[in-house]
Amino acid sequence: MAAVKKKPKLAVWKFASCDGCQLCLLDCEDELLAIAEAVEIANFPEASRQIIKGPYDISLVEGSITTPHDAERIHKVRRSSKFLVTIGSCATAGGIQALRNFGDVKEYTSYVYPNPEYIETLSKSTPIADHVFVDFELRGCPINKYQLIELISALLNNRKPNIPPYSVCIECKRKGIVCVMVAKGIPCLGPVTQAGCGALCPSYNRGCYGCFGPKETPNSASLGTVWERLDVKNDDIMRAFRGFNAYAEPFRKASEAYEK
Amino acid sequence: MLTLNHSGRRARRMKSKIIKVDYLARVEGEGGLYVRIKDNKVIEAKLKIFEPPRFFEGFLRGRKFTEAPDITARICGICPVAYQMSSSHAMETACGVTVGGQLRQLRRLLYCGEWIESHILHVYMLHAPDFLGYQDAIRLARDYPDVVNRGLKLKKLGNDIVTVVGGREIHPINPRIGGFYKVPKKEELDALIERIKWAIDASLETIRWTATLPFPDFEQDYEYVSLCHPDEYPMNEGRVVSSKGIDIEAKDFLDYFEEEHVEHSTSLHAKVKKRGRYLVGPMARYNLNFDKLPAIAREAAKDAGLGKTCNNQFKSIIVRSVETLFACHEALQIIENYEMPDKPSIEVKPRSATGHWCTEAPRGLLYHHYSIDDDGIITDARIIPPTSQNQKAVENDLFGFVSKNLHQSHDELTWHCEQVVRNYDPCISCSCHFLKLNIDRE
Repeated sequence: MAAVKKKPKLAVWKFASCDGCQLCLLDCEDELLAIAEAVEIANFPEASRQIIKGPYDISLVEGSITTPHDAERIHKVRRSSKFLVTIGSCATAGGIQALRNFGDVKEYTSYVYPNPEYIETLSKSTPIADHVFVDFELRGCPINKYQLIELISALLNNRKPNIPPYSVCIECKRKGIVCVMVAKGIPCLGPVTQAGCGALCPSYNRGCYGCFGPKETPNSASLGTVWERLDVKNDDIMRAFRGFNAYAEPFRKASEAYEK
Repeated sequence: MLTLNHSGRRARRMKSKIIKVDYLARVEGEGGLYVRIKDNKVIEAKLKIFEPPRFFEGFLRGRKFTEAPDITARICGICPVAYQMSSSHAMETACGVTVGGQLRQLRRLLYCGEWIESHILHVYMLHAPDFLGYQDAIRLARDYPDVVNRGLKLKKLGNDIVTVVGGREIHPINPRIGGFYKVPKKEELDALIERIKWAIDASLETIRWTATLPFPDFEQDYEYVSLCHPDEYPMNEGRVVSSKGIDIEAKDFLDYFEEEHVEHSTSLHAKVKKRGRYLVGPMARYNLNFDKLPAIAREAAKDAGLGKTCNNQFKSIIVRSVETLFACHEALQIIENYEMPDKPSIEVKPRSATGHWCTEAPRGLLYHHYSIDDDGIITDARIIPPTSQNQKAVENDLFGFVSKNLHQSHDELTWHCEQVVRNYDPCISCSCHFLKLNIDRE
């Protein structure tokens, strides 16, 4: 009798996030049923009541760590996962909620909630890699669904995913878009931001606002001086770096340099 | 994910019992449910929300007013357009600017795309499997491939409308205060026409199909709240109206509605002052605006057995399908009458002021208010998402449903309780500023 090849098990985990990155999997309308053929979707509560026990071959982790409970839960996820991939800015950099890391979380809690004593939260929102070993990360706010399909496909075929670490500028040039910063004086984070979106904002006459986080070896300080020459105020430069990837080190340092 | 304390036990006339679900599936975000039954009476029913809070209102202070649409979009990956629309309009009101003409129509088109994408996700992938006894849409697809494929194709169309107008389906980059960064050319929109015509037929089939699902008899007395507009089915504009007599502008919202903070939830519970629970969402919009639906949608609703009002939340799946038909029909009208505007946006200059606005997110009314200073820096922000407004109604439904169905087996009752929550298409990520279910029988 021929051995039945078992399908690899895929799990999706959520921490503090907007659900947008895991939604990218359901947004693969043309590919979803094929993906479900290739892997066993074993733990994906947003899509299914059926929970199949681990261990899991691939774990996709969305969201950042913001509560004492989640700081423990992530270790359980790691222990039950062969290959752990963080998906999106929250999981890879702490997300927009990491803006609390620059302020006083107690003040935020009492501003949003009338009874802050019911709220259990950590003072910082931190990326998954601060807590456990991460095998691979997919950037973006949200991630690009084609990068997600590439990742799953690469893992199933035992090859390295083709996810380029270069800047948005490279994608922009390839699309033949005229540089919005040079030609129109629009401040753009493209030179320091990792590719993956397809240079979306510049193709809409808008400067990149950094959804995919710092590219490899970004020169954020130099970009800051270019923005200064465009007469961008220090406060605005600070806020630009302090967005969805505020707590990623190169962006964090750049924003702190422009803080009063 | 179920935690069954009595898993596998058949229905015994148990006097006391706990029904609980620690981690609700097929909803957006993290929540659970808890129902405690003693001496064959329901003692309490709670929707537990443990989604970690993210403090958006806290860190919006100190940001530029122009950043609000990009930042608030990140509250929810399913309905980012809703946040972009409520925040943009609130800021424009604060600055004394009105966006009209084709730019207004493009915003409505963008919203149509989000309604289609979000409603279809819920109808086919999150809600329908409950009625047919499947764990999820992927298992449903094994027995009903044509149905699920129709859903996926419709969902893709909704996403593609959002992409053409907004730049991408999740967290669109193109909307801004005053309009858009770039407006689509007529031919870009015309390219969608044939698919939208198909989608109108597919929505009609969706309505007919959802009408055949088995519905429990569960009519409730709700106070419905939605926007109402004199000329159109509401999306971006209108007065806040309720079925029990409220008829106000968005700026007076907090005079009539309030939020309270309860221990079992990181989402605040909203209520009508001095009255209590109310319901927002597709059923509220439908009941308060039936006459504003196009004839094709009114006819289809009638053929599906819906009256001018619907009071059974289980049937919200039909109402969502009717609204999907409406959104496809509306999108087609907008595209056919589209002329590309000369400028993609109008200038909005900041001034020291406060702006309030409500729009209709797929899940219901979404209230935003902001105060800004003369430099456009946000000094105060308040956001009340639909799911926190519906929490009391959800808990009341759980209480009512379990009281009526104590004869059901534990497993059956637990699944039904989950369904009671899913009827609302709750978006927990949104409500945390926001879901968890346990049924307790002592």
